[in-house]
Amino acid sequence: MPDETGTRITRGYTGYPETHAAMGSLYQRDFGQHPLPYSPGYKTTVARSPSLPLLSMPSTITEETGPVFGHEMLADLDNDLTCNFTGRPAIGERIIVHGRVTDQERRPQRGVLIEVWQANAGGRYRHRKDGYLAPLDPDFGGCGRCITDDEGRYEFHTIKPGAYPWPNGTNDWRPAHIHFSIFGTGFGQRLITQMYFEGDPLIPRCPIIATIPDPKVAERLVAPLDMAMAMPMDSLAYRFDIVLRGRRQTTFENRMEGL
Amino acid sequence: MVQKLETFHETPSQTAGPYVHIGCTPNFIGVEGIYSADLGAADPFPDAGDTITLVGRVIDGTGTPLRDCMVEFWQADGGGRYRPGQGFARRPADAETGEWRLVTVKPGRVPFSDKVMQAPHIAVWIAARGINLGLHTRIYFEDEDNDGDPLLGRIELRHRVPTLVARRDGGVYRHDIVLKGEGETVFLDI
Repeated sequence: MPDETGTRITRGYTGYPETHAAMGSLYQRDFGQHPLPYSPGYKTTVARSPSLPLLSMPSTITEETGPVFGHEMLADLDNDLTCNFTGRPAIGERIIVHGRVTDQERRPQRGVLIEVWQANAGGRYRHRKDGYLAPLDPDFGGCGRCITDDEGRYEFHTIKPGAYPWPNGTNDWRPAHIHFSIFGTGFGQRLITQMYFEGDPLIPRCPIIATIPDPKVAERLVAPLDMAMAMPMDSLAYRFDIVLRGRRQTTFENRMEGL
Repeated sequence: MVQKLETFHETPSQTAGPYVHIGCTPNFIGVEGIYSADLGAADPFPDAGDTITLVGRVIDGTGTPLRDCMVEFWQADGGGRYRPGQGFARRPADAETGEWRLVTVKPGRVPFSDKVMQAPHIAVWIAARGINLGLHTRIYFEDEDNDGDPLLGRIELRHRVPTLVARRDGGVYRHDIVLKGEGETVFLDI
Protein backbone atom coordinates (compact mmCIF):
# COMPACT_ATOMS: atom_id res chain seq x y z
CA MET A 1 0.00 0.00 0.00
CA PRO A 2 1.71 3.24 -1.10
CA ASP A 3 2.21 5.88 1.56
CA GLU A 4 1.37 8.77 -0.75
CA THR A 5 -2.32 7.86 -0.75
CA GLY A 6 -2.65 9.04 2.82
CA THR A 7 -3.05 5.59 4.28
CA ARG A 8 -1.55 3.91 7.26
CA ILE A 9 2.16 3.67 7.41
CA THR A 10 3.41 0.12 7.49
CA ARG A 11 7.15 0.59 7.49
CA GLY A 12 7.43 0.02 11.22
CA TYR A 13 6.38 -3.58 10.69
CA THR A 14 9.60 -4.48 8.88
CA GLY A 15 11.08 -7.70 10.16
CA TYR A 16 7.88 -9.31 11.36
CA PRO A 17 7.06 -12.82 10.21
CA GLU A 18 4.41 -13.21 7.58
CA THR A 19 1.80 -14.14 10.19
CA HIS A 20 2.16 -10.71 11.66
CA ALA A 21 2.22 -8.84 8.36
CA ALA A 22 -1.46 -8.00 8.03
CA MET A 23 -1.62 -5.91 11.12
CA GLY A 24 -4.76 -3.83 11.21
CA SER A 25 -5.86 -1.63 14.04
CA LEU A 26 -7.31 -3.40 17.05
CA TYR A 27 -11.01 -3.59 17.74
CA GLN A 28 -12.09 -1.27 20.48
CA ARG A 29 -12.34 -3.05 23.76
CA ASP A 30 -15.86 -3.84 25.01
CA PHE A 31 -15.58 -3.12 28.72
CA GLY A 32 -18.94 -4.81 29.27
CA GLN A 33 -17.06 -8.08 28.75
CA HIS A 34 -14.64 -7.41 31.58
CA PRO A 35 -14.66 -7.00 35.36
CA LEU A 36 -15.19 -3.57 36.83
CA PRO A 37 -11.88 -2.07 38.02
CA TYR A 38 -13.46 -0.72 41.22
CA SER A 39 -15.18 -3.70 42.87
CA PRO A 40 -15.49 -3.19 46.65
CA GLY A 41 -16.46 -6.85 47.15
CA TYR A 42 -12.83 -7.59 46.21
CA LYS A 43 -11.24 -5.21 48.70
CA THR A 44 -7.81 -4.82 47.11
CA THR A 45 -9.37 -3.18 44.06
CA VAL A 46 -10.46 -0.16 46.08
CA ALA A 47 -7.03 1.46 46.33
CA ARG A 48 -5.72 0.02 43.05
CA SER A 49 -8.39 1.08 40.55
CA PRO A 50 -8.09 4.38 38.66
CA SER A 51 -10.80 6.88 39.56
CA LEU A 52 -10.51 8.94 36.37
CA PRO A 53 -11.65 7.75 32.93
CA LEU A 54 -9.24 5.95 30.62
CA LEU A 55 -8.00 7.95 27.63
CA SER A 56 -9.58 6.32 24.59
CA MET A 57 -8.05 6.39 21.15
CA PRO A 58 -7.53 4.04 18.21
CA SER A 59 -4.56 1.70 18.48
CA THR A 60 -1.26 2.76 16.92
CA ILE A 61 1.70 0.81 15.65
CA THR A 62 2.85 0.55 19.27
CA GLU A 63 -0.16 -1.51 20.33
CA GLU A 64 -0.51 -3.34 17.01
CA THR A 65 2.98 -4.82 17.24
CA GLY A 66 4.33 -6.93 20.05
CA PRO A 67 7.05 -9.34 21.02
CA VAL A 68 7.24 -12.62 19.11
CA PHE A 69 8.14 -15.79 20.98
CA GLY A 70 9.44 -18.85 19.19
CA HIS A 71 9.08 -22.52 20.03
CA GLU A 72 12.85 -22.70 20.50
CA MET A 73 12.48 -20.96 23.86
CA LEU A 74 10.44 -23.87 25.21
CA ALA A 75 11.81 -26.92 27.00
CA ASP A 76 10.17 -30.32 26.53
CA LEU A 77 8.33 -30.31 29.85
CA ASP A 78 7.33 -26.64 29.91
CA ASN A 79 3.68 -27.56 29.33
CA ASP A 80 3.64 -30.52 31.75
CA LEU A 81 3.16 -29.27 35.29
CA THR A 82 2.75 -32.82 36.56
CA CYS A 83 6.51 -33.38 36.31
CA ASN A 84 8.34 -30.19 35.21
CA PHE A 85 9.59 -29.29 38.69
CA THR A 86 11.61 -32.26 39.94
CA GLY A 87 10.88 -34.88 37.31
CA ARG A 88 8.89 -36.87 39.88
CA PRO A 89 5.09 -36.84 39.55
CA ALA A 90 3.09 -34.25 41.45
CA ILE A 91 0.27 -35.35 43.76
CA GLY A 92 -3.25 -34.72 42.53
CA GLU A 93 -5.95 -35.46 40.01
CA ARG A 94 -4.26 -35.62 36.62
CA ILE A 95 -5.90 -33.38 34.02
CA ILE A 96 -5.35 -32.04 30.53
CA VAL A 97 -6.28 -28.42 29.89
CA HIS A 98 -6.51 -27.57 26.22
CA GLY A 99 -8.26 -25.23 23.83
CA ARG A 100 -7.93 -22.82 20.97
CA VAL A 101 -6.91 -19.20 20.85
CA THR A 102 -8.78 -17.17 18.24
CA ASP A 103 -9.47 -13.50 17.72
CA GLN A 104 -12.94 -11.98 17.72
CA GLU A 105 -13.41 -13.02 14.08
CA ARG A 106 -12.62 -16.65 14.96
CA ARG A 107 -9.30 -16.46 13.21
CA PRO A 108 -6.87 -18.91 14.84
CA GLN A 109 -4.03 -17.15 16.62
CA ARG A 110 -0.79 -19.01 16.04
CA GLY A 111 2.42 -18.38 17.92
CA VAL A 112 0.61 -17.12 21.01
CA LEU A 113 2.61 -17.57 24.22
CA ILE A 114 0.45 -18.84 27.08
CA GLU A 115 1.86 -18.94 30.61
CA VAL A 116 -0.11 -20.64 33.39
CA TRP A 117 0.27 -20.83 37.16
CA GLN A 118 -1.76 -22.47 39.88
CA ALA A 119 -1.96 -23.83 43.42
CA ASN A 120 -1.18 -27.48 44.15
CA ALA A 121 -3.82 -30.14 44.76
CA GLY A 122 -4.20 -28.96 48.36
CA GLY A 123 -4.72 -25.32 47.40
CA ARG A 124 -1.23 -24.11 48.34
CA TYR A 125 1.01 -21.93 46.15
CA ARG A 126 4.76 -22.23 46.07
CA HIS A 127 5.22 -18.60 47.14
CA ARG A 128 6.74 -17.01 50.23
CA LYS A 129 3.55 -15.03 50.79
CA ASP A 130 1.25 -18.06 50.90
CA GLY A 131 0.94 -19.26 54.49
CA TYR A 132 -2.05 -21.57 54.05
CA LEU A 133 -1.77 -24.66 56.24
CA ALA A 134 -2.14 -27.09 53.35
CA PRO A 135 1.30 -28.56 52.64
CA LEU A 136 3.57 -27.84 49.72
CA ASP A 137 4.01 -30.74 47.34
CA PRO A 138 7.79 -31.13 46.96
CA ASP A 139 7.24 -32.22 43.36
CA PHE A 140 4.94 -29.44 42.21
CA GLY A 141 6.30 -26.06 41.09
CA GLY A 142 3.09 -24.57 39.76
CA CYS A 143 3.93 -22.95 36.42
CA GLY A 144 4.00 -23.94 32.78
CA ARG A 145 3.93 -22.42 29.32
CA CYS A 146 3.36 -23.26 25.68
CA ILE A 147 2.95 -21.61 22.29
CA THR A 148 -0.10 -22.18 20.10
CA ASP A 149 0.24 -24.18 16.90
CA ASP A 150 -0.87 -23.14 13.41
CA GLU A 151 -4.51 -23.68 14.33
CA GLY A 152 -4.25 -21.73 17.54
CA ARG A 153 -4.34 -24.84 19.73
CA TYR A 154 -2.59 -25.29 23.05
CA GLU A 155 -2.42 -28.09 25.63
CA PHE A 156 -1.20 -28.42 29.21
CA HIS A 157 -0.89 -31.45 31.45
CA THR A 158 -1.29 -30.66 35.11
CA ILE A 159 -3.05 -31.62 38.33
CA LYS A 160 -6.35 -30.11 39.35
CA PRO A 161 -5.66 -27.25 41.79
CA GLY A 162 -7.40 -27.20 45.15
CA ALA A 163 -9.70 -24.52 46.50
CA TYR A 164 -8.21 -22.28 49.19
CA PRO A 165 -9.22 -19.56 51.65
CA TRP A 166 -8.00 -16.00 51.21
CA PRO A 167 -8.11 -12.86 53.34
CA ASN A 168 -10.91 -10.71 51.96
CA GLY A 169 -14.14 -11.45 53.79
CA THR A 170 -13.78 -13.57 56.92
CA ASN A 171 -14.58 -16.79 55.09
CA ASP A 172 -13.90 -16.27 51.39
CA TRP A 173 -12.62 -19.21 49.35
CA ARG A 174 -11.31 -19.24 45.81
CA PRO A 175 -12.81 -21.85 43.53
CA ALA A 176 -10.25 -24.10 41.88
CA HIS A 177 -8.63 -22.09 39.10
CA ILE A 178 -5.67 -21.80 36.77
CA HIS A 179 -4.19 -18.39 35.95
CA PHE A 180 -3.53 -17.69 32.25
CA SER A 181 -1.27 -14.99 30.79
CA ILE A 182 -1.63 -14.57 27.03
CA PHE A 183 0.40 -12.64 24.45
CA GLY A 184 -1.35 -11.97 21.17
CA THR A 185 0.44 -10.54 18.16
CA GLY A 186 -0.07 -6.98 19.42
CA PHE A 187 0.83 -5.54 22.82
CA GLY A 188 -2.69 -4.11 22.96
CA GLN A 189 -4.09 -7.66 23.05
CA ARG A 190 -2.24 -8.50 26.25
CA LEU A 191 -4.49 -10.43 28.61
CA ILE A 192 -4.34 -12.13 32.01
CA THR A 193 -7.31 -14.17 33.18
CA GLN A 194 -8.32 -17.22 35.20
CA MET A 195 -9.94 -20.48 34.15
CA TYR A 196 -12.47 -22.19 36.42
CA PHE A 197 -13.83 -25.74 36.44
CA GLU A 198 -17.34 -26.83 35.50
CA GLY A 199 -19.56 -27.64 38.46
CA ASP A 200 -17.50 -25.92 41.18
CA PRO A 201 -19.96 -24.70 43.87
CA LEU A 202 -17.54 -21.94 44.90
CA ILE A 203 -17.89 -20.16 41.54
CA PRO A 204 -21.09 -18.26 42.40
CA ARG A 205 -19.63 -17.40 45.83
CA CYS A 206 -16.33 -15.94 44.59
CA PRO A 207 -15.83 -12.18 45.07
CA ILE A 208 -13.20 -12.10 42.31
CA ILE A 209 -15.47 -13.70 39.72
CA ALA A 210 -18.23 -11.35 40.92
CA THR A 211 -16.14 -8.38 39.74
CA ILE A 212 -17.64 -9.32 36.35
CA PRO A 213 -21.13 -7.85 36.73
CA ASP A 214 -22.86 -10.13 34.22
CA PRO A 215 -22.82 -13.81 35.28
CA LYS A 216 -23.33 -14.78 31.62
CA VAL A 217 -20.02 -13.13 30.82
CA ALA A 218 -18.31 -14.81 33.76
CA GLU A 219 -19.51 -18.21 32.54
CA ARG A 220 -17.09 -17.85 29.64
CA LEU A 221 -14.28 -18.45 32.11
CA VAL A 222 -15.66 -21.83 33.18
CA ALA A 223 -14.10 -24.77 31.33
CA PRO A 224 -16.33 -27.77 30.66
CA LEU A 225 -15.23 -31.33 31.27
CA ASP A 226 -14.18 -32.69 27.87
CA MET A 227 -14.37 -36.47 27.87
CA ALA A 228 -13.42 -36.61 24.18
CA MET A 229 -9.94 -35.40 25.12
CA ALA A 230 -9.67 -37.34 28.37
CA MET A 231 -7.05 -40.10 28.23
CA PRO A 232 -8.37 -43.45 29.48
CA MET A 233 -6.67 -44.64 32.68
CA ASP A 234 -4.57 -41.45 32.68
CA SER A 235 -6.14 -37.97 32.74
CA LEU A 236 -9.46 -36.15 32.62
CA ALA A 237 -9.63 -33.15 30.29
CA TYR A 238 -11.10 -29.66 30.39
CA ARG A 239 -11.44 -27.34 27.41
CA PHE A 240 -10.80 -23.62 27.68
CA ASP A 241 -11.02 -21.52 24.51
CA ILE A 242 -9.61 -18.00 24.54
CA VAL A 243 -10.64 -15.02 22.42
CA LEU A 244 -8.25 -12.09 21.94
CA ARG A 245 -9.12 -8.64 20.62
CA GLY A 246 -9.75 -8.66 16.88
CA ARG A 247 -8.11 -6.59 14.18
CA ARG A 248 -9.58 -4.66 11.30
CA GLN A 249 -8.88 -6.56 8.11
CA THR A 250 -9.47 -3.82 5.58
CA THR A 251 -6.61 -3.26 3.21
CA PHE A 252 -7.47 0.41 2.95
CA GLU A 253 -7.49 2.23 6.23
CA ASN A 254 -7.49 6.00 6.18
CA ARG A 255 -6.45 8.02 9.12
CA MET A 256 -7.54 11.62 8.95
CA GLU A 257 -4.90 14.27 9.07
CA GLY A 258 -4.30 15.65 12.53
CA LEU A 259 -5.70 12.62 14.30
CA MET B 1 -34.46 -9.04 9.76
CA VAL B 2 -30.79 -8.54 9.18
CA GLN B 3 -27.83 -10.87 9.07
CA LYS B 4 -26.33 -11.70 12.44
CA LEU B 5 -22.90 -10.27 13.24
CA GLU B 6 -20.77 -13.20 14.30
CA THR B 7 -18.06 -11.29 16.06
CA PHE B 8 -16.93 -13.02 19.24
CA HIS B 9 -16.47 -11.30 22.56
CA GLU B 10 -12.98 -11.03 24.01
CA THR B 11 -12.30 -13.42 26.89
CA PRO B 12 -12.97 -11.58 30.15
CA SER B 13 -9.95 -10.53 32.18
CA GLN B 14 -9.30 -11.50 35.79
CA THR B 15 -6.75 -10.19 38.25
CA ALA B 16 -3.24 -11.61 38.09
CA GLY B 17 -3.49 -12.15 41.85
CA PRO B 18 -0.75 -12.09 44.48
CA TYR B 19 1.18 -15.00 43.00
CA VAL B 20 1.71 -13.67 39.47
CA HIS B 21 5.43 -14.30 39.94
CA ILE B 22 4.97 -18.07 39.96
CA GLY B 23 3.74 -17.95 36.39
CA CYS B 24 5.57 -14.97 34.97
CA THR B 25 8.84 -14.56 36.89
CA PRO B 26 9.30 -17.85 38.79
CA ASN B 27 13.09 -17.59 39.14
CA PHE B 28 12.68 -14.16 40.76
CA ILE B 29 10.84 -15.74 43.69
CA GLY B 30 12.98 -18.84 43.90
CA VAL B 31 10.87 -21.28 41.90
CA GLU B 32 13.94 -22.43 40.01
CA GLY B 33 14.67 -25.23 37.63
CA ILE B 34 11.58 -25.00 35.44
CA TYR B 35 12.64 -22.16 33.11
CA SER B 36 16.31 -21.41 32.55
CA ALA B 37 15.55 -17.69 32.78
CA ASP B 38 12.52 -15.54 33.44
CA LEU B 39 10.80 -14.22 30.32
CA GLY B 40 11.71 -10.60 29.64
CA ALA B 41 14.35 -10.49 32.37
CA ALA B 42 17.08 -9.37 29.96
CA ASP B 43 17.42 -5.80 28.73
CA PRO B 44 15.08 -5.11 25.77
CA PHE B 45 18.06 -4.41 23.50
CA PRO B 46 20.88 -6.38 25.10
CA ASP B 47 23.48 -5.50 22.48
CA ALA B 48 22.84 -1.77 22.49
CA GLY B 49 25.73 0.47 23.45
CA ASP B 50 24.02 3.74 24.24
CA THR B 51 21.55 2.95 27.00
CA ILE B 52 19.34 4.86 29.37
CA THR B 53 18.10 3.75 32.78
CA LEU B 54 14.49 4.12 33.83
CA VAL B 55 13.52 3.71 37.47
CA GLY B 56 10.02 3.80 38.87
CA ARG B 57 7.35 2.47 41.15
CA VAL B 58 3.63 1.79 40.90
CA ILE B 59 1.80 3.57 43.72
CA ASP B 60 -1.71 2.91 44.99
CA GLY B 61 -4.42 5.33 46.10
CA THR B 62 -3.04 5.48 49.65
CA GLY B 63 0.46 6.45 48.47
CA THR B 64 1.85 2.97 49.05
CA PRO B 65 4.15 1.42 46.43
CA LEU B 66 2.94 -1.93 45.05
CA ARG B 67 5.47 -4.60 45.96
CA ASP B 68 3.66 -7.43 44.23
CA CYS B 69 3.00 -6.02 40.76
CA MET B 70 4.43 -6.97 37.39
CA VAL B 71 5.26 -4.29 34.84
CA GLU B 72 5.81 -5.02 31.14
CA PHE B 73 7.45 -2.75 28.58
CA TRP B 74 7.27 -2.69 24.78
CA GLN B 75 9.18 -0.21 22.67
CA ALA B 76 10.75 0.56 19.31
CA ASP B 77 14.50 0.60 18.82
CA GLY B 78 16.54 3.78 18.63
CA GLY B 79 15.68 4.11 14.94
CA GLY B 80 11.95 4.00 15.55
CA ARG B 81 11.36 0.43 14.42
CA TYR B 82 9.52 -2.32 16.23
CA ARG B 83 11.54 -5.53 16.24
CA PRO B 84 9.78 -8.83 16.88
CA GLY B 85 12.62 -10.36 18.89
CA GLN B 86 13.64 -7.28 20.84
CA GLY B 87 12.09 -4.38 22.67
CA PHE B 88 10.14 -6.32 25.29
CA ALA B 89 10.87 -6.50 29.01
CA ARG B 90 9.08 -7.68 32.12
CA ARG B 91 9.95 -6.46 35.60
CA PRO B 92 8.57 -7.59 38.95
CA ALA B 93 8.49 -4.80 41.52
CA ASP B 94 11.14 -5.11 44.21
CA ALA B 95 9.65 -7.06 47.12
CA GLU B 96 10.86 -4.44 49.65
CA THR B 97 10.80 -1.07 47.88
CA GLY B 98 8.40 -1.70 45.01
CA GLU B 99 10.94 -0.24 42.61
CA TRP B 100 11.54 -1.52 39.09
CA ARG B 101 14.52 -0.65 36.88
CA LEU B 102 14.87 -0.85 33.12
CA VAL B 103 18.11 -0.43 31.18
CA THR B 104 17.22 0.13 27.55
CA VAL B 105 17.71 2.38 24.54
CA LYS B 106 15.71 5.51 24.11
CA PRO B 107 13.15 4.64 21.43
CA GLY B 108 12.99 6.62 18.22
CA ARG B 109 9.90 8.27 16.83
CA VAL B 110 7.38 5.90 15.31
CA PRO B 111 4.69 6.73 12.76
CA PHE B 112 1.09 7.43 13.59
CA SER B 113 -0.01 8.20 10.04
CA ASP B 114 1.97 9.18 6.99
CA LYS B 115 1.90 12.80 8.12
CA VAL B 116 2.13 12.51 11.87
CA MET B 117 4.84 10.96 14.01
CA GLN B 118 4.58 9.92 17.64
CA ALA B 119 7.06 11.28 20.16
CA PRO B 120 9.46 8.68 21.60
CA HIS B 121 7.64 6.51 24.08
CA ILE B 122 7.60 3.13 25.79
CA ALA B 123 4.33 1.23 26.17
CA VAL B 124 3.71 -0.06 29.69
CA TRP B 125 1.29 -2.70 30.94
CA ILE B 126 0.66 -3.35 34.63
CA ALA B 127 -0.80 -6.47 36.22
CA ALA B 128 -1.25 -7.09 39.94
CA ARG B 129 -3.51 -8.27 42.71
CA GLY B 130 -6.43 -5.85 42.86
CA ILE B 131 -6.11 -4.86 39.19
CA ASN B 132 -8.96 -6.65 37.43
CA LEU B 133 -7.97 -5.63 33.91
CA GLY B 134 -4.32 -4.98 33.08
CA LEU B 135 -3.57 -1.26 32.80
CA HIS B 136 -2.02 0.25 29.67
CA THR B 137 -0.06 3.47 29.92
CA ARG B 138 3.00 5.04 28.28
CA ILE B 139 6.28 6.63 29.27
CA TYR B 140 7.46 9.69 27.32
CA PHE B 141 10.63 11.68 28.05
CA GLU B 142 10.89 15.25 29.33
CA ASP B 143 13.96 16.02 27.22
CA GLU B 144 12.24 15.14 23.94
CA ASP B 145 9.97 17.31 21.82
CA ASN B 146 6.57 15.95 22.79
CA ASP B 147 4.55 18.67 21.05
CA GLY B 148 2.39 17.25 18.32
CA ASP B 149 2.27 13.74 19.77
CA PRO B 150 -1.23 12.49 18.88
CA LEU B 151 -1.80 10.67 22.17
CA LEU B 152 -0.54 13.42 24.47
CA GLY B 153 -2.55 15.90 22.40
CA ARG B 154 -5.74 14.07 23.27
CA ILE B 155 -5.39 14.59 27.02
CA GLU B 156 -8.06 17.12 27.82
CA LEU B 157 -6.86 18.01 31.31
CA ARG B 158 -3.46 19.36 30.34
CA HIS B 159 -2.10 19.26 33.89
CA ARG B 160 -2.27 15.45 33.62
CA VAL B 161 0.18 15.28 30.68
CA PRO B 162 3.25 15.12 32.98
CA THR B 163 1.92 11.86 34.47
CA LEU B 164 3.11 10.22 31.23
CA VAL B 165 6.51 11.93 31.07
CA ALA B 166 9.64 10.57 32.76
CA ARG B 167 11.85 13.15 34.51
CA ARG B 168 15.62 13.26 34.39
CA ASP B 169 17.04 12.64 37.83
CA GLY B 170 20.81 12.60 37.76
CA GLY B 171 21.87 9.77 35.50
CA VAL B 172 18.49 8.09 35.30
CA TYR B 173 14.94 8.78 34.24
CA ARG B 174 12.46 8.49 37.07
CA HIS B 175 8.83 7.65 36.51
CA ASP B 176 6.31 6.71 39.18
CA ILE B 177 2.92 5.44 38.04
CA VAL B 178 0.04 6.44 40.31
CA LEU B 179 -2.99 4.17 40.14
CA LYS B 180 -5.41 6.47 41.90
CA GLY B 181 -5.89 9.84 43.51
CA GLU B 182 -3.60 12.88 43.48
CA GLY B 183 -1.34 12.79 40.44
CA GLU B 184 -3.22 9.81 38.99
CA THR B 185 -1.48 8.56 35.87
CA VAL B 186 -3.33 8.64 32.57
CA PHE B 187 -4.27 5.07 31.64
CA LEU B 188 -5.26 4.08 28.14
CA ASP B 189 -8.12 2.44 26.31
CA ILE B 190 -6.17 1.94 23.11
